Amino acid sequence: MTLMQKFLGASAALALTAGTAAADPAILFDLGGKFDKSFNESAYNGAERWAAETGGSYAEVEIQSDAQREQAIRRFAESGANPIVMAGFSWATPLAEVAADYPDTKFAIIDMVVDAPNVRSVVFNEHEGSYLVGMMAAMASETGTVSFVGGMDIPLIRKFACGFAQGAAAVNPDITVIANMTGTTPAAWNDPVKGSELTLAQISQGSDVVFAAAGGTGVGVLQTAADEDILSIGVDANQNYLHPGEVLTSMLKRVDNAVYDAMTAGADLETGFNVMSVANRGVGFAMDANNEPIVSYDMLEAAYGAAADMASGELSVHDYTSDESCPALDF
Amino acid sequence: MDVMPKWADVILIPLISILLAAILSAFLLLSMGQNPWDAIVMMVEGSFGSSYSWGYTLYYTTNFIFTGLAVSVAFHARLFNIGGEGQAVLGGLGVALACLYVPWPHWTVAVLGSATAAALFGAAWAFIPAILQAKRGSHIVITTIMFNFIAAGLLNYLLNGPIKVPGSMELATAKFPEPTHLPTFEELFSFGETSLFRAAPANVTFFIAIAACFAVWWLIWHTRLGYEIRSLGHSETAAKYAGISPTKIIMVAMLISGALAGMMAINNVQGEAERLVLDNVAGAGFIGIAVALMGRNHPFGILLAALLFGFLYQGGGEIALWMSIPSEMIEVIQALIILFTGALDQLVRMPLERLFLSLRRAKT
Repeated sequence: MTLMQKFLGASAALALTAGTAAADPAILFDLGGKFDKSFNESAYNGAERWAAETGGSYAEVEIQSDAQREQAIRRFAESGANPIVMAGFSWATPLAEVAADYPDTKFAIIDMVVDAPNVRSVVFNEHEGSYLVGMMAAMASETGTVSFVGGMDIPLIRKFACGFAQGAAAVNPDITVIANMTGTTPAAWNDPVKGSELTLAQISQGSDVVFAAAGGTGVGVLQTAADEDILSIGVDANQNYLHPGEVLTSMLKRVDNAVYDAMTAGADLETGFNVMSVANRGVGFAMDANNEPIVSYDMLEAAYGAAADMASGELSVHDYTSDESCPALDF
Repeated sequence: MDVMPKWADVILIPLISILLAAILSAFLLLSMGQNPWDAIVMMVEGSFGSSYSWGYTLYYTTNFIFTGLAVSVAFHARLFNIGGEGQAVLGGLGVALACLYVPWPHWTVAVLGSATAAALFGAAWAFIPAILQAKRGSHIVITTIMFNFIAAGLLNYLLNGPIKVPGSMELATAKFPEPTHLPTFEELFSFGETSLFRAAPANVTFFIAIAACFAVWWLIWHTRLGYEIRSLGHSETAAKYAGISPTKIIMVAMLISGALAGMMAINNVQGEAERLVLDNVAGAGFIGIAVALMGRNHPFGILLAALLFGFLYQGGGEIALWMSIPSEMIEVIQALIILFTGALDQLVRMPLERLFLSLRRAKT
């Protein structure tokens, strides 16, 4: 067998495997990487859950830079992957460019709206979930000061902070809420050391409950809070297990459900605008054996009460992104 | 006293270096339970297998030609400009300002305007390190690398406020207006039914890069200025004795170098993204160093080396898409190749030189 034959044989084999991969779903992770213990990992868990339940396989990619986004979407679309799920708002611009070129492929994007006939846009009411954990934080606080560590300073993260401050103020009008952002670049999603420093600074200002909405940076926040014996609140995925008994709760943003739903729907994915709220259990807070001993009955009663009011429409929480201002917090 | 024939220096050494890096990468892939042969086939298919993949490979190649040329022009004056990254960032800013705030009637005029802006901004960013080197002797390596960070900080500031789209979560400017759109290879080479280079980012800038190769070749070997740059590079004292002002040559060489690095932005900012994003250079400035070293600072060598790195970039991206290899490992493989071709030159050169010497002795 000559080298050329070998080469052709190998490429034919590759073409065949590429053929069988067609119509599998694909998932594209954002820059934090799929093991960020938070947003991306939640998306990854959703995909894994789908794979475990159906026995199917899916294509995935962790990109290295912004420049690769459009290329990644196109390559998956060309290979016949369907649907293609994207985790993160940064995918919106490349997707808006690409979607029209592949009208038969269904796309799902999480955290941003792309107006195209073959795209499902999934957005979360993070302010509602943050409101609930804000209430719990204010009730757990003994010093009357709670704090927030955000990742990159963007409207989406301010939305978390604003909901959190409103919830805290609802149970204790005199509460002090300290809010800090890790940075202004995407590197802020993955800087646990800076997260840890910010937490220490907030503790020195009297905070005894800290809420991290910062992707991979939050790992440092939760670690420092546990080291310094104050309570912390995780985000996106259930992070209660990271430090059992020291993480008050986690504000759940069921990215995993959004990914799982999209993959389950397959090529018949219903497109359009999809809001995940407290009412449809898209956002909420995590209760499990790890935090059961530290969450009091009063906290649960208040939080569940507020959740019921939100679902019925009696209680509406201000959304920072609606007018870029927050009644409960100054940035 | 050349111990080796020219072809061995220019072709054999880089080839052996790449082979060594490839062998090491293959072991790395094996240790992760992947088949290295599949990976190689995937890389070659993914970067040369179709007009589409060529479109990506040539897009990356265009970036690396500009940054490689930038490093080489400075290197002929023995100046090690490792600030290509920062100069390209500033070039991108120049392109963005030119495209956003000037109402261009047609892309042919727009590309002249944006190229001028890119070159001016890139050169301006090289100006301060250059004048510090020329007048004060501050080492160019230190100052240019520090200027990379300042450039990143400056762009970060601008994209967080002054030139950002209000209310957007992304750190990016608005999309450039339609008349600034540069024709892509798809638009240039598709006739009637046949669609070539479909959706690939390679664009007309590739030809500007080729023209830049010729221009640099002409400048270095066929002009008085090029002679002065090379003389200064070979010996400063001799250059001074011949009446060449080192200050002037350092300044001119660095300004040309910065302008070339800045002009990369025509390709990635105006040609591909059509808006300015934070991470637009994505390491191309540093790859330029490896490209120039590998291309032996000759424009034709740089063109070939840029093509090789374009292949590595595009092929690496393909592996990331289709094999379950962590993205960190892709970086390790790319780094291995840079290490072998750039830094470990002597590792291959010394045994080869000994081999050629013994061959010559055997002949005589």
